[in-house]
Amino acid sequence: MPQPLNYLKETPSQTAGPYVHIGLAPGAAGFQIFERELGWDIAGPDAPGERIRVEGVVLDGTGAPVKDVMLEVWQADANGIYPHPEDPRAAEVAKGFRGWGRVITDFETGVWGFDTIKPGAVTGRNGRIMSPHLNLWIVARGINIGLNTRMYFEDEDNAADPVMNLIEQAHRRETLLARKVAPGQYRFDICLQGDGETVFMDI
Amino acid sequence: MKPAPKPAEFYQRDRLWQPPAHAPNYKTSVPRSPRQALLSLQGSMSEITGPVFGHDDIAPLDNDLLKNYAKTGDPVGERIIVHGRVLDENGRPVPKTLVEIWQANAGGRYRHKKDSYLAPIDPNFGGCGRTLTDENGFYYFRTVKPGAYPWRNWVNNWRPAHIHVSVFGTAFAQRLITQMYFEGDPLIARCPIVQTIPDPKAIEQLIAPLDMNAAIPLDSLAYKFDIVLRGRRSTLFENRLEGN
Repeated sequence: MPQPLNYLKETPSQTAGPYVHIGLAPGAAGFQIFERELGWDIAGPDAPGERIRVEGVVLDGTGAPVKDVMLEVWQADANGIYPHPEDPRAAEVAKGFRGWGRVITDFETGVWGFDTIKPGAVTGRNGRIMSPHLNLWIVARGINIGLNTRMYFEDEDNAADPVMNLIEQAHRRETLLARKVAPGQYRFDICLQGDGETVFMDI
Repeated sequence: MKPAPKPAEFYQRDRLWQPPAHAPNYKTSVPRSPRQALLSLQGSMSEITGPVFGHDDIAPLDNDLLKNYAKTGDPVGERIIVHGRVLDENGRPVPKTLVEIWQANAGGRYRHKKDSYLAPIDPNFGGCGRTLTDENGFYYFRTVKPGAYPWRNWVNNWRPAHIHVSVFGTAFAQRLITQMYFEGDPLIARCPIVQTIPDPKAIEQLIAPLDMNAAIPLDSLAYKFDIVLRGRRSTLFENRLEGN
């Protein structure tokens, strides 16, 4: 027998369930408990950059909106800097910029939305520039392990993006493009399954 | 001040250990699971970074579910302490990371406008809490043991007593939501959500043992629940991320 490796195993994921809001957005569950609910302010009031609003729905495999989803957003500031110690430029991140947000859907319509700033391009692996994008993580009842995806902008040049170009079927790249519906307003629908299924990632 | 760590990747997630998206005995997973394969991405700055939280974000009572929604007295139920450590796959502690929990009350009722189960709301119990791990990765909560509750899956399905747990780690790639179960609960083996996890060893990792050493005599029992997040690659590989 070889020596044992002795790594621990990652804790298995479980669905967030239908009442995820109790823990992560209690105001939406119907009660006030925390002085500060986290995740409502992604960019802060002072960060420079183009202010944008993103809205969408998450659709299930039958085409119906998923009304109990929670999304988290992680993004760079307008200069492409993440507010995190492993970003080599973290010291220059925009003042008050958090980069992280958490939103839930409207229980009646399934629409979610958040206000932020448009991120700048970020340097990816091997020095390749990644087009501006938001990193999204989606959990809900029926989703056993959180789904990762990215949202890109249709009004940016995404032709050289190294992640977009990893998607073998070119038409599936479009599932990651947010449509510009008005100045500063984008629509990004996520399709969990079936026709037009969004590209999800194992990161 | 410590120098900023060099960018590092994370060990690949073991998708044979984790539950698959499509687990048909948990019926809602059928229309909510992707049919196409996931796109495998090596970590870039977008994946190896993640939100940072501090004590400004939370209040001192946020980890005490006996007190954080108390109106006229303490909630009804078995008083327990849930404590443990957040580690990575290398066994290293994950300090200063945000742990959030939510749960039903002692009767299995959630304080949520969408929960219509006939067991009553407890006026002194909210059911959520949050805390930051300390510099050695330790965390604890004080709460009541949640009750089992019925759900519409098969005709007569009941969830085991459980506490939902959300953890961040240091990177968006480590983000995890799971559920903690209680040692000895006969409903665990009967639950289609538990059984979405294929490996019995992996299921055991979600079952918190009774921890008499941490119980407080004449006050509270205790359960221990350690959480393991993906391991960060050692320095051996660190200079490969940006260059070559």
